[in-house]
Amino acid sequence: MVVAIILLLVAVGSVLFHIYSPWWWTPIATNWSYIDHTISITFWITGVVFFAVIAFMAYCVFRFHHKEGRQAHYNPENKKLEWWLSIGTAIGVAAMLAPGLFVWHQFVTVPADATEIEVMGQQWQWSFRLPGKDGRMGTTDVRNIGPDNPMGLKRDDPHGQDDVVIESGELHLPVGKPVKVLLRSVDVLHDFYVPEFRAKMDMVPGMVTYFWMTPIRTGTFDVLCAELCGAAHAQMRAKVIVEEESEYHAWLEKQQTFAELSRRNAVKKATYKPGEK
Amino acid sequence: MVDVPYDAVIDVPPAEVAEVDLYHPRSWWTRYVFSQDAKVIAIQYSLTATAIGLVALVLSWLMRLQLGFPGTFSFIDANQYLQFITMHGMIMVIYLLTALFLGGFGNYLIPLMVGARDMVFPYVNMLSYWVYLLAVLVLASAFFVPGGPTGAGWTLYPPQAILSGTPGQDYGIILMLSSLILFIIGFTMGGLNYVVTVLQARTRGMTLMRMPLTVWGIFTATVMALLAFPALFVASVMMLFDRVLGTSFFMPSLVEMGQQMKYGGGSPILFQHLFWFFGHPEVYIVALPAFGIVSDLISTHARKNIFGYRMMVWAIVAIGALSFVVWAHHMYVSGMHPKFGFFFATTTLIIAIPTAIKVYNWVLTLWRGDIHLTVPMLFALGFIITFVNGGLTGLFLGNVVVDVPLSDTMFVVAHFHMVMGVAPIMVVLGAIYHWYPKVTGRMLNDALGKFHFWVTFLGAYLIFFPMHYIGLLGVPRRYHDIGEAAFIPSSTHTLNAFITIMALTVGFAQMVFLFNLAWSLFRGRPSGGNPWRATTLEWQTPETPPGHGNWGKELPIVYRWAYDYSVPGAAQDFIPQNQPRATPALQGAAP
Repeated sequence: MVVAIILLLVAVGSVLFHIYSPWWWTPIATNWSYIDHTISITFWITGVVFFAVIAFMAYCVFRFHHKEGRQAHYNPENKKLEWWLSIGTAIGVAAMLAPGLFVWHQFVTVPADATEIEVMGQQWQWSFRLPGKDGRMGTTDVRNIGPDNPMGLKRDDPHGQDDVVIESGELHLPVGKPVKVLLRSVDVLHDFYVPEFRAKMDMVPGMVTYFWMTPIRTGTFDVLCAELCGAAHAQMRAKVIVEEESEYHAWLEKQQTFAELSRRNAVKKATYKPGEK
Repeated sequence: MVDVPYDAVIDVPPAEVAEVDLYHPRSWWTRYVFSQDAKVIAIQYSLTATAIGLVALVLSWLMRLQLGFPGTFSFIDANQYLQFITMHGMIMVIYLLTALFLGGFGNYLIPLMVGARDMVFPYVNMLSYWVYLLAVLVLASAFFVPGGPTGAGWTLYPPQAILSGTPGQDYGIILMLSSLILFIIGFTMGGLNYVVTVLQARTRGMTLMRMPLTVWGIFTATVMALLAFPALFVASVMMLFDRVLGTSFFMPSLVEMGQQMKYGGGSPILFQHLFWFFGHPEVYIVALPAFGIVSDLISTHARKNIFGYRMMVWAIVAIGALSFVVWAHHMYVSGMHPKFGFFFATTTLIIAIPTAIKVYNWVLTLWRGDIHLTVPMLFALGFIITFVNGGLTGLFLGNVVVDVPLSDTMFVVAHFHMVMGVAPIMVVLGAIYHWYPKVTGRMLNDALGKFHFWVTFLGAYLIFFPMHYIGLLGVPRRYHDIGEAAFIPSSTHTLNAFITIMALTVGFAQMVFLFNLAWSLFRGRPSGGNPWRATTLEWQTPETPPGHGNWGKELPIVYRWAYDYSVPGAAQDFIPQNQPRATPALQGAAP
């Protein structure tokens, strides 16, 4: 009796906790509300199954716990019941999988008008790169990385000269424009993670990964690293600022291009020659 | 009325068993230390696994103290936190659960349940344990070397695992990989034994479809482990070469802290594929023995045959096979080809169907049963709740697009602890209460057992159920300190502190359990040979605890399946498997 009540309370308590939990997903900031809907569908289906199974179990404990003279029913199989339960489960699974795969198809299909930007991870900071006026980013190679070329751009690639390079600062994005976020790492695995964006992807040294999204509201969002990258993993932070297009362009104007950065470094080198005071 | 398999094995004379050389121990050393008796090896495995498991338990307290009260404990820094989670994870998954289920329960129960005298290769079986012990010692030695154990996370993803930004890069990672290699060598020796014993050494009448589900679970899990562990073996050897010899199997060109490294051409994602080709079957290597054992606990203590035995066997085998084609669901956001997501999400959700069948059949076994709420039964009920909960959250993470926001958050931590931490441990504990009388001849204390169950079950549920919501909020895993982030409300810290207090409470209850184990060994109520009035062969041995060779002069003969409970018309509510069917006094359920 007591056992049955406690088991039922576990099921009821879980449902109530779910309903009243103050801990819930962050307000979404991109077009991926489809993902949230799929999670909601999954919560409904799994929630019903969870409650039904536990409540049935609690009832069995209540109704059939040992008493003097009780004898269990001898019933090895019931093919019909087992098949119906299997079919019902298969339908439930399909009801979660179908929307899931549908949204995944959207997730991996990048729209043609998406602007490419780049995020680069290294222990333990973020760098960003935006295409310049030509709308294309230059090619990179990890072997080119040095003090005056932190993102490893190829110097002889004309597309790279006007790329905007932002070292450990903030990334700005215009609201309402689809972006394809290219992801690179120079050392270990990282993961560009903004909870409000829903989308995330690991960054793997030696290859370029990506995801796409369209920011739908302005604001400032925390960037975290979601793939263990060593001792300061938890401190690897940055910010993304989503703003109106005019503000975005005003900000972009003030950023340094790769060519300017190289020139500045070249000037620095010329000014501070070793041995010169 | 039903078509439960009853093969015709009637009136077969007992097998002629001469006084075979059973490697009878000749001294104290060969009886208790270098023993070739599977039962002694089982106890050695269990004690070693429990000892290293206690280390993992203490590590979990330390990491929970840090998470619940960040900044309070000056002796825990970011490096140590990573070392704690890494060692905790690896110990629990491999050195505790795998070793305990297969090396512990497998060794004790397989020969007894199939009616064999011992494992078929007793000497190799003994070697298996000693290599396992060596693996545990190598693993534990990492706590005492400069730099300490590796903090790469239990998944040991390169390049991070062998670079200097990760603690334990000097010796810790080398010891970890060496220990894994040793473990796999030791396991392979034991695993071959379990498989061959089930296939070759079953007693007369013990057809495959009369085996208790415990044996089916352990047998299938062992076959899987023999196929899955080689992937980890290869990955460990290659990473060891990358670390020690400077090869580049998993290492691309990279720049570490501004320095160009000499690596080039390797693939970090290849390691992940190898790791999870082992890692996902590993989940079921732990789960299938639990499935099997809990089926027998429920059947015995509900005095009712397991519902849908053939479907249960079929489901175990189907889950085992399917679990080899789902591994990349751990890698949806790893950067692998995005089209893989379609395939792996589909296979992963299909595996939910045989798994759900098992859950239905457990609760349908309770239906119209005669449920004795003994401690093993309570743990079985606790298992069903935690397993259903953890299994259902698996449907979130397996469904590729839903996994994208949830991956690498505390939701994942909560999910896998519920489904392959708490749930299998519920079964381990229930099984210990169930078989302790056979191993020692004494019952465990019932009141202490009930206290242990309620604190462990409710406490563990209160730890991991709310933790899902911290993950849903977006808190990443493997953070020693959440720090400042605008999206995290301050109430999260209160919840974290609550979870920590629960974790310490559950830990305390395990001390009560250990006390019960020790106290009952000397003071427990004598149990007799078959205290639960169970049908399976291990309860029908001539001696309790069973002697060397298990069965005295003659092997038992099996006449029926393992679940003849409450057979209509029978004199008792159970009929042992070795009881002939046609005896006039006790009518079986012959169709």
